[in-house]
Amino acid sequence: MSIFNRNHLIALIAAASIAGCSSTPEDTTGGSTAGTDTTSYESTATDTSAQVDPALQGRVVYFDFDKYDIRYDAEAILSAHAAYLSANPGARVRVEGHADERGTREYNMALGERRAKAAAAYLASKGASSSQIEVISYGEERPSALGHEESSWSQNRRAELQYTSEAP
Amino acid sequence: MLVRYFIVGFLALLASIARAELTVEITKGLDDAIPIAIVPFGWSQPNRLPEDVSAIVSADLYRSGQFKPLDRADMLSRPTEASQVFYRDWRVLKTEYLVIGKLIPAEAGRYRADFEIFDVFQQRSIKKATVASNNLRALAHAASDIIYQTLTGIRGAFSTRMLYVTMERMGPKKQRYRLYVADVDGYNDRIILESPEPILSPTWAPNGRHVAYVSFQSTRPSIYIQDTVTGRQQKITGFPGLNGAPSFSPDGKRLAMVLSKDGNPEIYVMELTSGRLQRITNHYAIDTEPTWTPDGQHVVFTSERGGSPQIYRQHIASGKVERLTFDGNYNARPALTPDGRFLAMVHRSNGVFHIAVKDLVRGTLNVLTETDLDESPSIAPNASMILYATMHGGRGVLSAVSLDGRVTVRLPSRFGDVREPSWSPFL
Repeated sequence: MSIFNRNHLIALIAAASIAGCSSTPEDTTGGSTAGTDTTSYESTATDTSAQVDPALQGRVVYFDFDKYDIRYDAEAILSAHAAYLSANPGARVRVEGHADERGTREYNMALGERRAKAAAAYLASKGASSSQIEVISYGEERPSALGHEESSWSQNRRAELQYTSEAP
Repeated sequence: MLVRYFIVGFLALLASIARAELTVEITKGLDDAIPIAIVPFGWSQPNRLPEDVSAIVSADLYRSGQFKPLDRADMLSRPTEASQVFYRDWRVLKTEYLVIGKLIPAEAGRYRADFEIFDVFQQRSIKKATVASNNLRALAHAASDIIYQTLTGIRGAFSTRMLYVTMERMGPKKQRYRLYVADVDGYNDRIILESPEPILSPTWAPNGRHVAYVSFQSTRPSIYIQDTVTGRQQKITGFPGLNGAPSFSPDGKRLAMVLSKDGNPEIYVMELTSGRLQRITNHYAIDTEPTWTPDGQHVVFTSERGGSPQIYRQHIASGKVERLTFDGNYNARPALTPDGRFLAMVHRSNGVFHIAVKDLVRGTLNVLTETDLDESPSIAPNASMILYATMHGGRGVLSAVSLDGRVTVRLPSRFGDVREPSWSPFL
């Protein structure tokens, strides 16, 4: 009895989500196979992501050489995460700051912290609570790209957002 | 049977690899290096010695870049006492100095070496000395110290040690960090700390026994002090934010460091017995990498307060600050010679990072290295050489350069990236 109710409910959600989307042939096909649990969940998941800011998929923002100001191309990603943190007070994020290999290790440790703090401050300015954000610098210790030229260095001058609870 | 031989052979190979992770090669020596001959020391016992003492002495003197030891295959005679020395044998080979000696078994498994240094052109003995140790490598380094001091007037630093960090990639996002202590010729290397998390900024206490470093072993950076003899590790700081760049005061009682617990990276000094912290800098810019002047009255550090990283000196008692570097827009990671006159640093020119030395009396800056991505200068206690980290063949390697830049030596590692050398005080 309860199983029937649950399946019934899922079918309703699936139907609602299809109604909410455009009625393309693919959607109809998806809806027709919505009799099993997994497919129903998939279709609800598709529905949720349709409402989510795609910038929330981005977890890394990049910086210019020896700089720690937030670049224009990082604003969309950070704003999306700030909105998510604001809407989900239980979410916690760790902002990890990194530097490229040039320059001294301890100076890069300080530079990495500056970058992480700049990203954290941006999140806070857009509505995240500072209690949701933790900051750590790895300096040049954890490069993302292993080369020794600008194309690698530009990948390594970064701040990464790592959710420790309630990741989007 | 064949398998057994193979295993024995393989184990022997492993043992030879484990023997010294670092080996030394001179990349630039002096044209006028002094020709010297270290004759194989005599040994009258039936057993074979585990180490070749005169070869170790030759290698020490060669590595200084100031000596050109004669290949023993070219020696016309091999005297082990003064009565056997024929100066013409050495004069024809243009050898300027000759060292001969004998090894003698001493009490409790110790060895003794009695040796003598001769001036070939003046045809006279200039020094007789004795060294003893239970370790033949240590005995050889002690002999090298005496020979070096006799011929250059400068105390030898061959009996000192170094710290360095290696990082080995075990897979994507998986690393192994190891902190080593080793003789300065790379032998007797021993791991004193191993962690999957970063280890950095190792440095010696003036007692030559304790070391301080930064380890992320708790997943966040903390400063630790470790006893290299007992291995005991003590956590010194664990503040929120940066806990970095430890540096012992010349008397070993205080530890300078960088902390960002109050918002910015600032220099602090901790009194080690009480744990009491004194904040030294107060600036919104990055302040880091403190070191001490020999009198213990000032800290010298990197700051970007002028818009780019430069080196400053601050008097601790008065707070008076003075900028020390003006050449170029990147000077960082200061290290001072024991007399306080020369300042070694990481200096960027034309986008390339080199080791440079500034003469603080004359005000001149001398770029010493031609390698790239040079880091972490650490000066020998006799100020003869600067150890530093650089890149070679895409990997981190240790190198050394003389203070005048005329001699460079590379210490290649067989595996992993080697970085952050720290030269011990005299032991």
